[in-house]
Order: sequence, then structure tokens, then C-alpha cells
Amino acid sequence: MFENVASIEGLFYFAGLVAVIASLKVVTGNNTVHALLYLVVSLLAVAVCFYLMGAPFAAGLEVIVYAGAILVLFVFAVLMFGLGADETKNAPKSKSLANMMGAMLLAAALLVEIVVIINNAEMQQSLQANVISSKAVGIMLYGPYLLAVEIASFLLLSGLLAGYHYAKPDATGGDL
Amino acid sequence: MTTIPLFHVLILSSLLFLIGFVGVVARKNTLFMLMSLEVMLNAVGVAFIGAGSVWQQADGQVMFVLILTLAAAEVAVGLALLIRMQNKYRSLDIDLLNQMKG
Repeated sequence: MFENVASIEGLFYFAGLVAVIASLKVVTGNNTVHALLYLVVSLLAVAVCFYLMGAPFAAGLEVIVYAGAILVLFVFAVLMFGLGADETKNAPKSKSLANMMGAMLLAAALLVEIVVIINNAEMQQSLQANVISSKAVGIMLYGPYLLAVEIASFLLLSGLLAGYHYAKPDATGGDL
Repeated sequence: MTTIPLFHVLILSSLLFLIGFVGVVARKNTLFMLMSLEVMLNAVGVAFIGAGSVWQQADGQVMFVLILTLAAAEVAVGLALLIRMQNKYRSLDIDLLNQMKG
């Protein structure tokens, strides 16, 4: 079944298609939580693209940091907003699993694709041949890009402070 | 040398960027604008990784890591501001923010 598309290019185009479809659903969605679900699928599809481009380190970072941390931040914020009107107005009427069927189908397609990649020894070999190791990335990060890493750490610190300051309720007010 | 042509990677990247850009410009809900910003940042990451993999340099992935930290900081500040906005206006409509002082 997968003989005709089981090349690295074919699988890349497929993952890219999934990413584009999921991103379109994010942008055109009405319900916030469903849009977040599609955003997760989009990020996972892009992670598969990274893996096929020979960057497994970046693919892992994409899953762990983007889909794992940033999206959870989104979900927590949505919970804090208490978007009751969003649920009553924009959610589909049915309460069954059919709500999530689109995102689940896309995610299942990605899972099948990953299994195909891992099971195909020939493809693994050609992927291994042009992989950029995380060691090389680390050497670059702490060599020529050391200043950029320091600036990024300042950026994260300022993000932390700003997040703390702005999200604080007025009642607890006072100086930072 | 990878088997995926750089041109096709750039097509995918610009498609994703365009989708995110249309989302930022067209949506009125600030939460959806933030999500579209994420899609845009992600698209730039695809371009960097693709270029890094074509030239077999680690620089692409270094830039991706930096984009990742930028996205994390941006989302933290953005969501905190949205919580502020929700508390003040009970809405996330961007059109409520059309005055500098109020």
C-alpha cells in the first residue's frame, strides 16, 4: 500500500500536507480548544518534517517544547479565561467523539507515517547518512553563538517577569 | 545531502507562513491571533531547518533553538496580557484595544 509513496520525499510531502491542513483548521476554527487541538497536530506534523529533513534533535525539541510546554500554557490560559460563551456558541452540538475526529484522523495518519519510516530499514539508512547530530548543534551553541544563548536567557527571564507582572490580579497590586 | 529539494521545503514554509499571516490579519480574537503567530514562527523554523539540512550545517538548528526560546517568551507575555484584557473587558476582541489610553 505504501510502496508508491514510501520514499523520503513522498512522506515529507504527506507530513507537509497534514501540517497545512491542520494550520488551516487552526486559523479558520471557531472553538478555541478545537483550534488548539489542530495546532498540536500541526506542530507534530512539522516535527515529522524535521525528522525527515535529517534533524531528529529539532524534531524532539518541537514535540517537547512546542507541543509539550507552549501548548499546555495555551490550554491553561484558555481554562483561566473561562470562555463559557465559546463553548455554548461555537462548539458543535453533538457531544460524541466525532468533535475531535478530524484532528484524531490527522494524528493517526502521522503515527502510521512514523511507523512506516521506522520499519523501513533502507530509509533509516539514508536518513542516518545525512543527520546533523545534536553534538554539532551543542558545539555551535556554546561556541560562536554563545552571545545569542545569553541574550536568549535574558529574553526568557524578561518573559518570566512580564508574565508574572501582567497576570497578577490587581487586588494583590503594589510594586513588582 | 538530503533527498528533499530546498525549493519544496521553502514552498511548505511559505505556505505555512502565509496561513499564519492571514490568521493574524483576519482574525479578531486575540487568542487566535497568538495561535497564528505560533504557526508563523513554526514556518520560519521549517525554513531554517531545511536550509541547515541542505548545506549540512548545524546553524539551522541553532537558529531553530533560538526561535523556540523566542516563541516561549512571546507566548508567556502574550497570554499574560490576554488574561489582563479578559479581566478588564470580559472579551478578547482586538477592536476593544483601539485607544492608547483608556
